[in-house]
Amino acid sequence: MLANTKSEPVVEETNEDKAVDMNKNVYKVDQLNLWYGKDQALINVDMDIPENQVTAIIGPSGCGKSTFIKTLNRMTEMIPIVKTNGSIYYRDENIFDKKYKVEQLRTKVGMVFQKPNPFPKSIYENVVYGPKIHGIKDKKILDDIVEKSLKGAALWDEVKDRLKENAFGLSGGQQQRLCIARCLAVEPDVILMDEPTSALDPISTLKIEELVQELKKDYSIVIVTHNMQQAGRISDKTAFFLNGEIIEYDDTSTIFSSPQDKRTEDYISGRFG
Amino acid sequence: MRAVGDETATGYTQGKGKNAANISSREIKSKLFKGLFIGATGFSLIVLLVLLIRIFTQGIGFLSWDFLTSFPSRRPADAGIYSAFIGTIWMMAVTAPVSFVLGVGTAIYLEEYAPKNRFTGLIQMNISNLAGVPSIVFGLLGLTIFVRELSLGRSVLAGGFTMALLILPIIVVASQEAIRSVPAELKEASYGMGATKWQTTYRIVLPAALPGILTGNILALSRAIGETAPLIMIGALTYVAFLPEHLLSQFTVMPIQIFNWTSRPQEEFHFVAASGIILLLVMLLVMNSIAVWIRNKFQKRL
Repeated sequence: MLANTKSEPVVEETNEDKAVDMNKNVYKVDQLNLWYGKDQALINVDMDIPENQVTAIIGPSGCGKSTFIKTLNRMTEMIPIVKTNGSIYYRDENIFDKKYKVEQLRTKVGMVFQKPNPFPKSIYENVVYGPKIHGIKDKKILDDIVEKSLKGAALWDEVKDRLKENAFGLSGGQQQRLCIARCLAVEPDVILMDEPTSALDPISTLKIEELVQELKKDYSIVIVTHNMQQAGRISDKTAFFLNGEIIEYDDTSTIFSSPQDKRTEDYISGRFG
Repeated sequence: MRAVGDETATGYTQGKGKNAANISSREIKSKLFKGLFIGATGFSLIVLLVLLIRIFTQGIGFLSWDFLTSFPSRRPADAGIYSAFIGTIWMMAVTAPVSFVLGVGTAIYLEEYAPKNRFTGLIQMNISNLAGVPSIVFGLLGLTIFVRELSLGRSVLAGGFTMALLILPIIVVASQEAIRSVPAELKEASYGMGATKWQTTYRIVLPAALPGILTGNILALSRAIGETAPLIMIGALTYVAFLPEHLLSQFTVMPIQIFNWTSRPQEEFHFVAASGIILLLVMLLVMNSIAVWIRNKFQKRL
């Protein structure tokens, strides 16, 4: 019971905190460089990522957009040959600082991957995985989290009667929304999405896009996409990456209507990439 | 353009004629090799069949409940495998947990924790090489370390440890393969939610790898059940008319008992040995079936 009273207000508090301030940034990336062995994949990247908005990252294959989003929660560290320098400030703390705990960062910054990757467990167990690893054991709290997270991911009505069934029985689009629900269950601050719709059919894609619009009220979202129309439809800001560099970063409307750089214009008008 | 086209066309027809002429000789060759491979398979099947028939015709007469529950005897008619059967179970009770913990632990370390550098590469190579070391060498090792240095004597404990060392490389390699086959996306998902390495290993990697790990363990244990050489080396007794009472008791195991019977001059003892072999084969068959069953059961679920 005590745990219950403790956890509930936290949710509301964060929601209130995030209410308006449009000028606040969750991330400040400063002169970020990254190498895979000897190949440099990111070159002097500077970027501020605003709170409660959708920031899209576009660019042709191999331009470093996936690498970039994975440095934001330090997932790139899982590849041994990766070296980075520069700094990334998340809520004014340098995430590359030696004292900074990567588990703490990834609790605050959730991630949705390119291919839906539910665990080979029940739908229920998938959603409570995060809360459980952070030490929540109370069955009632976990039940609440499951309902809230699945509703948040617009999946509740489809699965509420079969929570105990294996997640692999869901369709691809449902699996991806389950992964989003799993991510929401940890109550993150930022959600990183690495081409979340590239493995999905158009209708599932549309659902995820609508969901993203819904989620940005409570979360800050960074989304990598190879689909320019998608970036145009759902994002507030867009960054165009080419060969590891940011060519242009501005409001989405500006990028698509009057790009400053010739290369951006060529890319969005479909002349290459 | 046209000329080139014509040329290839004629070339093609000519080729076709040549190929057609060739076809029958190629077919003969194909059939020849098919026959050769069937012969190779058939040969080993026949050898196995002869072996089984011989053992069953010799041994089935002596196989009875009394055979299972009697101690060895000087008279073939009274001889039983009781002490060796129980000895095998005692030894497995030591070998199984020791080799499981050490083997799976090593596999987890090498796959999940160890940095991939020259040193771990060396360890990896040596583990693979250890799997090929003759079992009698492990017997020498057990004799030196467990029997003499640690003064465990010719005990169940010394035998069990020696067997655990013998099958350790097999378990490590099998467990590593099982762990490696867990999809990276699942681990990423877990790490992405702020899980630590141990949480990810314990909650995601191990459950997914468990069927493979168990299968590898059971197959390795079934190898240990049939091994004789290392235990002869550490001096397990060949004639035991008592049961082990604790871990430091002297003991014997089934293959040693069988070996003892076959080396006796009286022919009846060879039949007794055949009965022992039947029992050993049945145990192996049961263990391997369990391994297959586990594999199928979990494969379906995923």
